[in-house]
Amino acid sequence: MKTCLVVDDSKVIRKVARHILETLDFTVREACDGQEALQCCLESVPDVILLDWNMPVMSGMDFLRALRDSDITQRPKVVFCTTENGMAYIRAAIEAGADEYVMKPFDRETLASKLQIVGMA
Amino acid sequence: MMGASALRGRSMPTTAPSSSPAPAASQATIDVLTALLEARTGQQIAAYRSWRLDTALKPLLRERQLGSLDELVAQLLAGKDREIGEHIVDALLNQETSFYRDAQVFEHLVAAIADAETAGHRIRIWCAGCSTGQEPLSLAMLFAERHETTGAPVPDIVATDVSGAAIARARSGRFTQFEIQRGLPIRRMMRWFDGVGADWVAKPELVKLVTFRRVNLVSDAAPAGRFDLVLCRNVLLYLTAETKLRVFSTIARALRPGGLFVMGAGETVSGQTPLFEPSQRYRGFYETPSSSTGDPRLRAPGS
Ligand SMILES: C[S@@+](CC[C@H](N)C(=O)[O-])C[C@H]1O[C@@H](n2cnc3c(N)ncnc32)[C@H](O)[C@@H]1O
Ligand SMILES: [Mg+2]
Repeated sequence: MKTCLVVDDSKVIRKVARHILETLDFTVREACDGQEALQCCLESVPDVILLDWNMPVMSGMDFLRALRDSDITQRPKVVFCTTENGMAYIRAAIEAGADEYVMKPFDRETLASKLQIVGMA
Repeated sequence: MMGASALRGRSMPTTAPSSSPAPAASQATIDVLTALLEARTGQQIAAYRSWRLDTALKPLLRERQLGSLDELVAQLLAGKDREIGEHIVDALLNQETSFYRDAQVFEHLVAAIADAETAGHRIRIWCAGCSTGQEPLSLAMLFAERHETTGAPVPDIVATDVSGAAIARARSGRFTQFEIQRGLPIRRMMRWFDGVGADWVAKPELVKLVTFRRVNLVSDAAPAGRFDLVLCRNVLLYLTAETKLRVFSTIARALRPGGLFVMGAGETVSGQTPLFEPSQRYRGFYETPSSSTGDPRLRAPGS
C-alpha cells in the first residue's frame, strides 16, 4: 500500500483527506504543521505528501524547502492542497518543487485525479 | 458535470444526488420527456432512474418558475416556446467529461498520429460528442506543445456535440475550479489557462485550434472531409443497437482509409457492426476492415 502524509492545521481537512485517501487504498499519516511533517519524514518517507500552505509553526513552503535541504534523499511526490488559488501562488509552489497543486475545496474526484497525475493512483 | 456543485468541497463518495421533495411527475410526463430526448438524440433515458429526471430538470424548473415536471411538459406541449424542448434535452443529456479522460488513449493517439503524418497530408481529428470541450482541448494542448518542441504541425481538430449549450460552453473555454482539476496537470493549466474570477479560461490561442460545431450524430451528416482519427467516447452507450449502427456508418464514412476510431474505455464495437475491427497496430483503437489490408504505407513499419 502507498503511504500519504497529510499536512494541514485543520483537523477537519485532515479527517476528510484521510477518509478519501483510505478509500483510494493509501495508508495515511497526519501532521498539523511543517515541523511535525518534517519529523514524520525523518522517521519514514511517505510516497506522497498532501501539503497545506498556511500553517502555524512552519508553513507548507518552508516545509518544502526544509525537506529539499534535509538529509532525506528520497523524493516523495508533493501535492500542495490549499485555499491559495491564485496563479502567482501556484507558480511559486511549482517553482519550489511541488509536483501538483490542488485548489481547495476539493473532493474525492479531484484528489484521485491529481494523485493519478503524479503516478500515485 | 451534473452534481458537480453539490459535491464541491465535500468528500462524500458519489451517490445519487438527494432531491428535495418535488411533486412526483406523472408517468405521462416521464414518457413525454424520455421520448423527447430519444427523438432528438437517440439517448434512452430508461437506462437511468427517474430521480435523474427530477435532479436534471430542477434548475430549468427554477429558472422558469415552474412547480413541477408536469407543468414543464404542459409548456412544452403548448408549443409556444420553441426553445423549451432544447433546454430540456440539454438538461437531460449526460455531459460528464474530464481533461485527459482515460489518459492512456492520449499517449497512444500521439503515436498513431505521428505514423499517419508520414503520409504527408494535414492530419484531421474529429471529436464526436465533445461535451463542454475538455476532450478536444486536451488534444489541442498536446499537439500545440508538440508543435512548440518539434515544430510538427497541429492537426485540424473538429469538435461536435448535439447540445448547443455544451458547444457554447466549449467555445467559451471557461471551466469551474472543479472541472479544471479533473485530469489536467497543473503545469498545463498554468501554460494554457488564465484565472478569471473563480473560473479558469483557456487562452484564445488554444481555443482557436479547435473548430466547434453543433452536430447530431443520429440525424446530421458528419463534418465535411475525411478524418485520420475519430473519437466518439462515452456517447453511444444508451443508444439502441439500430441507432448505434447508423452512427457507426456515419463515422466509418468520415474516416480516411487507414483512419482510426476510438470509443470510451468501457465500450466496444465487437458483435455490433462489421464496419470496424480492432486495429492490429494501435491497441484500443478500431479501423475499417479494408484499411487494415489497404494502403501499404499505412501499415506498421517493418510489417
Ligand atoms: C458523457 S459525454 C462524453 C464527452 C467526451 N466524449 C468524453 O468522453 O469525456 C457525452 C456527450 O455526447 C453528447 N451526445 C449525446 N447524444 C448525441 C448525439 N445524438 N449526437 C451528438 N452528440 C451527442 C452529449 O451531449 C454529451 O456532451
Ligand atoms: Mg491551513
